[in-house]
Amino acid sequence: MDEKRRDFLKITGACVLGFSILPVLKVSAKQVTQPPEKRPAYKDHPKALHGKRWAMVVDVKRCQEQNKKGECRKCIEACHTIHNVPTIPSVKEMKWIWKENFEHSFPGTAHEFVPEEFKEGPFILLCNHCSNPPCVRVCPTKATFKRQDGIVMMDLHRCIGCRYCMAGCPFGARSFNWWDPKPYLTQMNYDYPIRRRGVVEKCTFCDERLAEGLLPACVEACPAKALVFGDLEDTASEVRRILSKRLSLRRKFELGTQPNVYYLV
Amino acid sequence: MFDRVFKAGDDFKKLLKLLGVFIALGFVCYIFQYYRGLGITGLGRDVSWGLYIAQFTFLVGVAASAVMVVLPYYLHNFKAFGRITILGEFLAIGAVSMCLLFIIVDLGMPHRLFNVLRYPTPNSILFWDMVVLNGYLLLNIIIGWNALDAERMGVAPPKWVKPLIYISIPWAVSIHTVTAFLYAGLPGRHFWLTAIMAARFLASAFSSGPALLILLALFIKKRTKFDPGEEAIQALAKIVTYALIISVFFVLLELFTAYYSKVPGHTNHFDYLLFGLHGHAELVPWTWLSNILAVVALVLLINPNTRKQEKTLKIACFATFFSLWIEKGITLVITGFIPNTFEKITRYIPTIPEVFITLGVWAAGFFILAVLYKIAVSIKEEIGA
Repeated sequence: MDEKRRDFLKITGACVLGFSILPVLKVSAKQVTQPPEKRPAYKDHPKALHGKRWAMVVDVKRCQEQNKKGECRKCIEACHTIHNVPTIPSVKEMKWIWKENFEHSFPGTAHEFVPEEFKEGPFILLCNHCSNPPCVRVCPTKATFKRQDGIVMMDLHRCIGCRYCMAGCPFGARSFNWWDPKPYLTQMNYDYPIRRRGVVEKCTFCDERLAEGLLPACVEACPAKALVFGDLEDTASEVRRILSKRLSLRRKFELGTQPNVYYLV
Repeated sequence: MFDRVFKAGDDFKKLLKLLGVFIALGFVCYIFQYYRGLGITGLGRDVSWGLYIAQFTFLVGVAASAVMVVLPYYLHNFKAFGRITILGEFLAIGAVSMCLLFIIVDLGMPHRLFNVLRYPTPNSILFWDMVVLNGYLLLNIIIGWNALDAERMGVAPPKWVKPLIYISIPWAVSIHTVTAFLYAGLPGRHFWLTAIMAARFLASAFSSGPALLILLALFIKKRTKFDPGEEAIQALAKIVTYALIISVFFVLLELFTAYYSKVPGHTNHFDYLLFGLHGHAELVPWTWLSNILAVVALVLLINPNTRKQEKTLKIACFATFFSLWIEKGITLVITGFIPNTFEKITRYIPTIPEVFITLGVWAAGFFILAVLYKIAVSIKEEIGA
């Protein structure tokens, strides 16, 4: 009797498992047998900017001089307003672009005799859009990925919020939505998505603006023209011209991530 | 076989009820976290992993330690462990269950969990950790259940189980190696970026896990008619001893590299742990408590007289377990973020709901463990082992 009951339970279990797997099999079978759907052709905006390795050059001196005239936060305000980045004053803060002094921007590089004016900077920090990004390497769902044009992008609909990318990023460029961002937004830009809590976000080099032929918001907002944006693979680009003439620094170059944000000193 | 749980005595039911209370409290806090977001934890932009991921890391070690009873029994035919392999395997099931729960409670988007399967990403160590942990859980469920069932019937386990047992041995090593790789491959996190990480993880796992197993075995011996056997416990005690010595040795190696080279990226984190850094010393008491416990454990374990006495062995096992729990379940993960990538210090203190969620997951793991051990022990009692 007992044996029969066990067999019955085994068969029932197998059936339940089979039926629950069936829909999955059907879906995957469909994908193999049916030809891909014809999608509407996607056309680029006529003015869209294309590049192979987008990069930014930060002219620290210019930024500094602008700040001497009075505290300047134009690039930060422009970016955070356009992208609905909430202002949360705590350890749970969110930022895509921010100011930092020399010592903390380039740990281990600063020494006590660095010129006083240089110590405070400010240095404008943002995602480095590394050519060899550790965040992309560690992401378990490909929610963060490297685009053809060099931009390190986020798929906010795929991110599971494991925050491995935050541990992986040596530049502290990533922010996690610990809370629902909405209550912390003073104004909302309805042309750009507002994130949900539970996902990681960061600077995207304004991919949405490049697609419409506009420069990144921070570059456009800078009154001192201290931020220069361009394609490093394009030999005629402004960024290439500047980098070939002036000495520049990259943050933590020794880690081999090949950051694409350069600081003129 | 589950029927034995329902026939259990009052004391066992009381234990389950107590664990149930903690599970319920943890669950309520988790619901709160689920609706409000991970903001309710003490985590932040700088210390972005905390108590949850640290518990996960520690418990992977406890899970992996089952191999310390399986390997001598199946590869070296060490008969004394035959009586307790099932305890090792069931401990692994409980521990891996906790690991998986800790990962889930740490996710910002838990309902997107299956994205890891939908978009498999072999370059991510977290993807491989998911593969090896789930595989290990499945292996131990299949092996443990079949072995116990066969024991109940008084026959040898089915033949197809044998290859699975052999696979489970390197698999156990793999779960902790891969978990160490989560940390040891990150540029810019100097505290974790050390080639010895996986070896350190394994050494600490093979002492903390068997230490817990000894305590559980002694508890079973006291409370049930099943005696896991003096020989098995003493053999485990030797394993704990050697593994703890190796574990401490590995930590000393880290300290040498840091303090002899004096490279700030290496010393900063250890300074924060051992002495405090720039006026921040949140983890210093924990570190020294862990160090003192390790020394106490080593003294009691290395001395054969105290190792052989049940009373002192118990103290040694408690000391080992808590010392290594502090090391991996608190300090190792948090210190990786302090100082942060800007060489700034942000302190992290877990919040009360975060602690209750953590306790809830531990309770859930021990609930599973208690049920499985009850079944195993009842069967051992029935067959008069």
